[in-house]
Amino acid sequence: MDIHEYQAKELLSRYSVHIPRGGLAYSPEQATYRASEIGGDTWVVKAQIHSGARGKAGGIRICKSDGEVSEAAEYMLGRKLVTHQTGPKGKLVSRLYIEETVDIRQELYLGIVLDRKSERVMIVASASGGMEIEEIAEKQPDSIIRAIVDPGAGMQEFQAREIAFGLGLENALIGKAVDTLLGCYRVFRDFDASMLEINPLVVTRDGNLIALDAKMSFDENALYRRPEISELRDKSQEDPRETFASDRGLSYVGLDGNIGCIINGAGLAMATLDMIKIAGGEPANFLDIGGGASPERVAKAFRAVLADRQVETILVNIFAGINRCDWVAEGVIKAIREVGVNVPLVVRLAGTNVEEGRRILAESGEKVIVTDTLAEAAEKSVEAMRAFGKSKKH
Amino acid sequence: MAVLLNRRTRVIVQGLTGKIGSFHAQDMKRYGTNVVGGVTPGKGGQVHNGIPVFNTVKGAVRETGTEASIVFVPPPFAADSIMEAAEAGVKLCVCITDGIPSQDMMRVKRYMRRFRYEDRMRLIGPNCAGVITPGQALMGIMPGHIYLPGRVGIVGRSGTLGYEAASQMKALGIGVSTSVGIGGDPINGSSFKDILKLFEEDPDTDAVVMIGEIGGPQEAEAAEWARHHMRKPLIAYIAGLSAPKGKRMGHAGAIISAFGESAQEKVEILRDAGVTIVPTPAAFGPTVAGVLEQGMKAA
Repeated sequence: MDIHEYQAKELLSRYSVHIPRGGLAYSPEQATYRASEIGGDTWVVKAQIHSGARGKAGGIRICKSDGEVSEAAEYMLGRKLVTHQTGPKGKLVSRLYIEETVDIRQELYLGIVLDRKSERVMIVASASGGMEIEEIAEKQPDSIIRAIVDPGAGMQEFQAREIAFGLGLENALIGKAVDTLLGCYRVFRDFDASMLEINPLVVTRDGNLIALDAKMSFDENALYRRPEISELRDKSQEDPRETFASDRGLSYVGLDGNIGCIINGAGLAMATLDMIKIAGGEPANFLDIGGGASPERVAKAFRAVLADRQVETILVNIFAGINRCDWVAEGVIKAIREVGVNVPLVVRLAGTNVEEGRRILAESGEKVIVTDTLAEAAEKSVEAMRAFGKSKKH
Repeated sequence: MAVLLNRRTRVIVQGLTGKIGSFHAQDMKRYGTNVVGGVTPGKGGQVHNGIPVFNTVKGAVRETGTEASIVFVPPPFAADSIMEAAEAGVKLCVCITDGIPSQDMMRVKRYMRRFRYEDRMRLIGPNCAGVITPGQALMGIMPGHIYLPGRVGIVGRSGTLGYEAASQMKALGIGVSTSVGIGGDPINGSSFKDILKLFEEDPDTDAVVMIGEIGGPQEAEAAEWARHHMRKPLIAYIAGLSAPKGKRMGHAGAIISAFGESAQEKVEILRDAGVTIVPTPAAFGPTVAGVLEQGMKAA
C-alpha cells in the first residue's frame, strides 16, 4: 500500500528526520493560507499523488507570490497527472502540499528496500541524488552504497556512519546523517514498510540535511497490526476497479484488454492471462478468487469483472482441488443468474469431479461455452470476444 | 524414496483443531500420510478426530518422535509456530499459511541460522500448496488424485499452476516422484535451487519441472546453479508474460521491481543456461514427454 508524500514526511519527522516546513491544502484558498502561515517569499506547490516523476507532469511548481500559489493550485487540483508510473489514465490530484523552499547545495539519494536476495532490509544510498535510482544505477553505478541490516540486531550506528562517510559528507554533517539514516530505518521497521525512498535528500547551504521528497509503501500482510497506516489509504489514487474488488476481498489487478478473467490461484491466473495473449487476445484483468471458489465468491468475482465496461467476454478457469467441480459449476450457474452476465462466458473446469461439473454447466440451460483444456479455453474466449465485438457494431 | 517425504514420515499438524487444520489433517490421513499428532496450545491431552493433541511442538516431538510438521496457523502467529518447530528439533516444516508479514519471515530466517547447517530445519513455504510424494504421502493441500506416481520432480511457486502441470503430465501417463510448492511470498524457506539440489541427488527422479513466475531472483539463481551442477534434464515455465511492471499479481512476491525479474528476462536467463522452456502453460505435458523421450533415445 502506498501513501502520500506529506504522510510519509509526517512519519519521518517523528523519527528526527528533518523536513521542510509545509502544510496541506484542498483548495487554492487553503494553499495561499498555508503559504502565508509558512512565511517567506518562495514556496513549492506539490500535487499529492501516488507516483514519482511529478515534476515533469506539471505536478510541482515553484511560486514567488500569493497569486502564483493560487494559480498553481487552481491548475493542479482536479487534474489527472500522467507520469510514467501512473499509466496512461493518470492519477487525480485532490490534495496539495505547500512547502517552503530550501537552498540546495547537494542532492543525495536514500532508499530502503526489502532485498529478496539477502532476505533482509537493505539501505541504498548515492551522492548522485535527484535522478531515479534506475538512472543512477545505469549512469553512476559506482556511486551506489549498500548496507544490509541484521534483522536480529537492527541497523547499527557504524553502518550509518559508513554510509555517511561514503557519501563524501563533511565532518560537521556526519552526526546529522547518522540520525537521519537511523531514523529512516526505524520508521521502516516500526511501520512494516516495504519501501522508503528519499530522493532527494538534500544538503542545504546552511549545513542541514533535509528530506525534500519522500515515498513510502507498506507490507499489506502487516496492515492488521498497523491501523495507523491503514487509515492513510487513499482510494482516489487506486484503479476504481481494483478498489471495488479489494473491498470485496478479491485479489484483482486491472489491465487494458477486454477479456475478463476469473481464476483460482495466482500462478494459474498469470498463466491463463499469458495463454489469452498467446491466443491473440488481451486480458482485462488479473483476478484470483482463492482456493475456496464458493458461490458467493464467484458471484462477487463476476460483479468485479463486469464493473469494467471494457469487458466483452469472461473466461472462468478453475482448477478444483479441495473444492469439487460440481460444486464450482453450481456456484457459476447461481452467480450468472444472480448477477446477470450479458457477455459471452467461457468456462474451463479441471480437477476433482470434472465430468459432473461439465454436465451441470451443459444442462443448466445457460449460455456457457464449456471447454476442456487451458489452450481451448483461451482460444474460445478470443473467438467469442471477436464475435461479440462484431455483433455490437451491427 | 523421492525427496523430503515418504509414507513412513511422521507428521504433526500445527493448528490441528482449527477449521482448515482439521480438514486437511483428515485429507492427508486419507491419502496415507502418517499423521501422528497435532499442536494447539491449551488443548493438549485432547484427541481430535483420532489424532492426539499437544500444547507445544516440543511435547509432540517428545511423545511421537515426529520429524515433520505442517503449519496451518493464522498469519499473525505463523512465524512463531515455525520458530517453535525449529527449536523443537523438527527436520521438515511445511507452512501453508498465506499472509505472513515480510519482517516476520526475516526474523524466522535469522532465527533458523542459530542452528548448524546440518541440524537446521528445512522450511517449505510459506504461502504454498505443500509437498506430495504421489502414492505415498501428502503434506499439503493439493488434490492427491491428480498426481500419478512416477519419476519426474515438480517444484513451483504456485499451487494451482502446479496442479495444471501435474494433470497435463498424468494425461500423458507421466508420473511425479515428488512435487514441492515453495510458495508465492517474497521471503520463503526453500528456494528453487535448494529443491533442485534434492532432486539432482534423488535416485528416484529422472527429470525436473520448475514452475516460476515474475519477481525475485530465485529463478535466475536456480538457472546459474543448474548450468554448472545439474545433470538431469530441467524443464521450466515462467508465468506472468503479460504482467505489468510494479503491479503485484496476487502472490506477495509476484511483482516486477528490478532488472531481471520479468517473465521474458527469466525465460532468457533459463534458456541461456540450457534449460528446456515450456512455451505455453498448455504445453507442460508435451514438453516433458518430449524431453523424456529424448533422454530414452540418448540412453
